[in-house]
Amino acid sequence: MNSKSKVILITASLILILTFFFPLWSIDLEAPQYPEGIGLRIWINQITGLKPNDLNNINGLNHYIGMKEIVPDAIPELKIMPYIIIFMIIFGLVSALAGKRFLVYAWIALFIILAAIGLYDFYMWEYDYGHNLNPHAAIKIHGMVYQPPLIGSKMLLNFNAISLPNISFYILFFTVVLAVIALILDRRTNK
Amino acid sequence: MYRKYLNMFSIAVAIIATVVIIHNGCQQSKDLVSGDVAEKVYVKPGTYDDFYLFTSGGFSGQVGVYGLPSGRLFRVIPVFSQDPEKAWGYSEESKPMFMTSYGFVPWDDAHHPKLSQTDGIADGRWLFINGNNTPRIARVDLATFRTAEIIEIPNSGGNHGSPFLTENTEYVVASTRFSVPIPNKDVPLNSYKENFKGTISFIKVAKEGAMNVEFQILVPGFNYDLAHGGKGPSHGWAFFTSYNTEQANTLLEVNASQNDKDFIAAVNWKKAEEYVKQGKYKTFSANYFRNYFDEKKHMAFSEKKSDVKILIPSECPGLIYYLPTPKSPHGVDVDPTGEYIAAGGKLAAIIPVHSFSKMMKAIENKEFDGDVDGIPILKYESVMAGEVINPGLGPLHTEFDDAGYGYTSSFISSEIVKWKIGTWEVVDRIPTYYSIGHLCIPGGDTKKPWGKYVIALNKITKDRYLPTGPELTQSAQLFDISGEKMKLLLDFPTIGEPHYAQAIPSDIVMKNSRKIFPIEENANPYSIKAEKDARVVRNGNVVHVYMSTIRTHFAPDNIEGIRVGDEVYFHVTNLEQDWDIPHGFAVKGANNSELLIMPGSTETLKWLPAQEGVYPFYCTDFCSALHQEMQGYIRVSPKGSNVELAWHTGK
Repeated sequence: MNSKSKVILITASLILILTFFFPLWSIDLEAPQYPEGIGLRIWINQITGLKPNDLNNINGLNHYIGMKEIVPDAIPELKIMPYIIIFMIIFGLVSALAGKRFLVYAWIALFIILAAIGLYDFYMWEYDYGHNLNPHAAIKIHGMVYQPPLIGSKMLLNFNAISLPNISFYILFFTVVLAVIALILDRRTNK
Repeated sequence: MYRKYLNMFSIAVAIIATVVIIHNGCQQSKDLVSGDVAEKVYVKPGTYDDFYLFTSGGFSGQVGVYGLPSGRLFRVIPVFSQDPEKAWGYSEESKPMFMTSYGFVPWDDAHHPKLSQTDGIADGRWLFINGNNTPRIARVDLATFRTAEIIEIPNSGGNHGSPFLTENTEYVVASTRFSVPIPNKDVPLNSYKENFKGTISFIKVAKEGAMNVEFQILVPGFNYDLAHGGKGPSHGWAFFTSYNTEQANTLLEVNASQNDKDFIAAVNWKKAEEYVKQGKYKTFSANYFRNYFDEKKHMAFSEKKSDVKILIPSECPGLIYYLPTPKSPHGVDVDPTGEYIAAGGKLAAIIPVHSFSKMMKAIENKEFDGDVDGIPILKYESVMAGEVINPGLGPLHTEFDDAGYGYTSSFISSEIVKWKIGTWEVVDRIPTYYSIGHLCIPGGDTKKPWGKYVIALNKITKDRYLPTGPELTQSAQLFDISGEKMKLLLDFPTIGEPHYAQAIPSDIVMKNSRKIFPIEENANPYSIKAEKDARVVRNGNVVHVYMSTIRTHFAPDNIEGIRVGDEVYFHVTNLEQDWDIPHGFAVKGANNSELLIMPGSTETLKWLPAQEGVYPFYCTDFCSALHQEMQGYIRVSPKGSNVELAWHTGK
């Protein structure tokens, strides 16, 4: 593998460190009573509010419709994901230094599989929160579920929920793109 | 013959017609408002006003907060008067704010709001206001719009000339309206000349706002009326008007209006600081209180003070000079440059304007005209810069714009008169409806007037609004001063009686506005941080209820085991951390008030159940869709009952 591709792969691995500093996904809620905005930020290792206290306030609102409280400490994915990222950084660096194309293929494949699992898991998490409602909730609307969309927006009673990837997701995406570019450049020089 | 009568008849008809036309014309001309006026005061729904206007509540004891140019009322800040709506003076936490050397004083007469300044420009941190009757000064925090501190002024008969500021809010000043024996004692009232004295007080303001009566100056027994600090070149000086230099103690309307000139006292406070540092003061024992609200503990504390430093002018040369000023001057206002000192000689036919630089020269050259108790009187001609001729009748107060003009309120002729600094000529005048007292230009008494508007603060409204029985609203009127001619834009009613007012661009204040109190910083000894800590504790016949509120329930909401004769304290902590979600608390038969608890704070209501039975309590602030469900019960058993103390929520 040529040195240019190696440098690109090392870069692609190291920029993953940035995912510790930016949210992965955002869920914003729009309602007339919240002109200042209210929302959630899902990170690889935590869930925070768009503003301080937003998480608590969303939990407070959710209790009316019987949604479970979101307790970040009780979500195992947030404990596992940082290790997966660290593993992928090391994997990427090793494949760059070893210079083996098959390792890079494997790295990309693993990335895509993990991303698919991650999105499925996220969907199921949303499904669980949106469907498993407390039967004693104050507000019960027959047939109504409160699952936010995976991507896009959806009206949930008075709230418009907007779910979108955030910076860290784009970083993951960019890492894969860089890895593919490294492979293409390497193939060209081999020809 | 008939012809003659006919002529006379025609003339009479003509006269009557003219009178009717003029009369009706006058009726109509009182509202000289032109077409584009509505646009200038219309603030579109959902948009902000450009300025905050803080008006004194006068005899209401509070402060009104309005927006300009709309004139919309946003809030009444309780200051000197109890307010059951906000539990101000009723909650256990706020009661100490009302402590004075006369005990709990639940009311005062608040006249002059004054915004804190940095480098002579309003900075939006605090608003000071005086309590006139039981001499006090309050400091309102403009992050919370809550009264943060109230200090009592000792050796004062009435705190009218207050709370004016020095350029960097080093001091707020206070001068006594009534002279009294100092220290106060039982003397015949007709021994006024012998026994009665005045004081001028300098109250130091610490960085974080805490006030302390740093020193007082014992002055001749006149009535001290209003004040203003110097600025720029006159920084280091403060000016105080006085009347009743005749020293009358009865029928002042006549007896205090005899002298052609009374005095403005020019006080060199930098010099006073030196004298204090040199120890040239006398320590008088005095009994007064400083009350402050602890932001973290969400409760007020009272501090008793027992002495005060007093400077005697005859022992401190250069401390005070008297500027002779015509006819019982009321306001004393310093122009933005700090050079000119305009007085409102309320019975004078002119506005005298003194010059600071001429005053300094006259002091240097000792151009004196005698003295009063060792205070040199400067020669009028030596200090006078000019006189505004024909300023209207009863000139009271002057504010300044950013273009070199003064605007004086004339009470008797009910008008605002605009005059040019330097030439002293009147350039415009406009009627007010009716009987204007103070007036206010945003920044109009600072180094940097923002101009744009002048607000008239009127005493009488008569036919301006729908009548409401014998007591009518008092009012403010908004005038556009951006052009050459003043233009009336808007009338709006005010709370209480607006004396002085202060206006400041919105962005300076609103960026500091608090939304919530972080619950983790709540250091109230009776607060709870989570619902699980809610409990009821009995200690003899004293019962403490540690209660929490969150949408949409109280914890606990069922309480049993309370007995007739108990002293129950409901310590209610609002666990909400969301903007604009206060909860209320009201219990049936309470002899005091409700509580209105802001997110993250704790308030306490004392309750003395006198009869057995079941007492509901509920949330008074519509907090959410299930607000009407936010309620609870207290079971009160007879004295000596063995019903066990028990509490819960949701069982």
